[in-house]
Amino acid sequence: MDNLIQFFLPNVSQVMDEFYLSIAQTLQMVFLSGLISFVLSLFIGIALISTKKSGILENLFVFNFFDKVINLFRSIPFIILIAALIPLTRLISGTAVGVQGTIFPLIIGITPFFSRQIESAFNEVDEGLVESGIAMGLSPFQIIISVYLKEGISSIARVSTITIISLIGLTAIVGVVGGGGIGDFAIRYGYQQNQLDATYVSIIVLLIFVSIVQIIGTLISKKTTH
Amino acid sequence: MSTSEIIRTDHVVKVFTVDKKAHPVLKDVNLSIEKGEIFGIIGYSGAGKSTLVRCFNGIEKPTEGRIFFEGQNIVGLKARELRSIRRKIGMIFQQFNLMPSRTVFDNIALPLKHSGLSKQQINKRITELLQLVNLPDKRNAYPSQLSGGQKQRVAIARALVNHPKILLCDEATSALDPKTTKSILYLLKRLNKELGLTIVVITHEMSVVKEICQKVSVLDKGKIIEQGDVYSVFSNPQQELTQSFIETTSALSSVKTLIETNSPVVRLQPGQLLLKISYTTNSVSEPLISYISRTYNVDANIVFGDIQILNDNPLGGLIIILSGQKSTIDHALEYLIPKHVAIEVLNHG
Repeated sequence: MDNLIQFFLPNVSQVMDEFYLSIAQTLQMVFLSGLISFVLSLFIGIALISTKKSGILENLFVFNFFDKVINLFRSIPFIILIAALIPLTRLISGTAVGVQGTIFPLIIGITPFFSRQIESAFNEVDEGLVESGIAMGLSPFQIIISVYLKEGISSIARVSTITIISLIGLTAIVGVVGGGGIGDFAIRYGYQQNQLDATYVSIIVLLIFVSIVQIIGTLISKKTTH
Repeated sequence: MSTSEIIRTDHVVKVFTVDKKAHPVLKDVNLSIEKGEIFGIIGYSGAGKSTLVRCFNGIEKPTEGRIFFEGQNIVGLKARELRSIRRKIGMIFQQFNLMPSRTVFDNIALPLKHSGLSKQQINKRITELLQLVNLPDKRNAYPSQLSGGQKQRVAIARALVNHPKILLCDEATSALDPKTTKSILYLLKRLNKELGLTIVVITHEMSVVKEICQKVSVLDKGKIIEQGDVYSVFSNPQQELTQSFIETTSALSSVKTLIETNSPVVRLQPGQLLLKISYTTNSVSEPLISYISRTYNVDANIVFGDIQILNDNPLGGLIIILSGQKSTIDHALEYLIPKHVAIEVLNHG
């Protein structure tokens, strides 16, 4: 086994510990920023769907605020966003490097996209269901819980899959600024030292991550569709 | 205001504003719905029926006018008060609007959220309702496993779970085939009788009104152009639109096409007369046709007829060919005219 690794990965096999660590770092970044962003995006998505025109709590001021802020952040390329956020990241995380320094920019980078995705998932919920909820005498809060969230689960699972996969891509980009993780590993060994095996093995690891996320996402989406 | 009134609209106006352009949808609608009746509101699409019915439970807020539910003006009520009114008003829809991710049981139980009922009470209530709508074995099915008629039955059960006073049906049978439509209408009729449930039926099909309604309002471009009990509106329609609705359900109108195409069925010999005789009141019990042929010596050949029983009264008429001498035919007609039947001479031989 060890021989096999040494044969296929002549360079990576020299830094196996670092390789394993970078995998763990990527998982940590995806999990933490994904989870926090998911919660934030649910709230923003709910705000957008309820305050939109003829929504259950129509409020165009709130809607336009979130709508414009999302557009603003989505128009900034992630790599520039990281740089722009450095002072704020230092303030919040205490550092702008390493895994600890990447969580905040990752959240800011993915949440606007995630919120739009969640909003579109809610938009897929049939208006008729919302109307029948209103006719039943449900409160706006009950409609959010019992109609949008409950009936939107399958769509939410689907858009979350797409978003987590994008997020995995972003965690690789933070490698450029020394954020740690697979991206960092691939840049330092594969790119800067021209060790091709490091690049390829990084691709394979990311491919496995993406596949696992996709399989889980599809499974949840199927299980929640009746 | 009479005490038996459950819903009354008072000069209701609704204007939608799209791109700063005003679109009046309801123009001064006044109607009154009594407890225990099945009230039809008929009109073509775009007439404002759905908007009107949504004003009844406050989903739409009228631009002007007042809506009374059991004597209380619901226009301008706070959201919380409006929600408690809505629990007394059931509503079903053309597209059923069942929650696809929930079983039949959970769909029916949905309006009971935070009602304070125990699990057992909820269970008992839903068992009752499934019995009532005749779907006792579907409690754990998902909506996607049900037929259209079954979905509407579940929707009816869901609408009734809070013991509402009134059920609003927004084109509830328009997505169903004729046979299923009949069975749903029969169910509504039964609920009306057994529970004393007031039912408002919104439809574009006159056959639905004819099947179950006692009163009807004809809505055209946001205005009520005719209303009254179904029998008098049907037997004696005043407005052209009402007539056109009624023609859709009566076979008698096809005689016009037969005459135009010179069909052998209505071709006349010299001296013959093609007549349409229709009921105008519900008190016709005399054997008119056999009487005139016996007394005046005219032959009455019934070409075809369409007589239906509406609220226990006959409605419709006959197309007949009268033959005989001109004077005897005239006598026969003179006899018929005061007999509360409408006589229309369609063609001379």
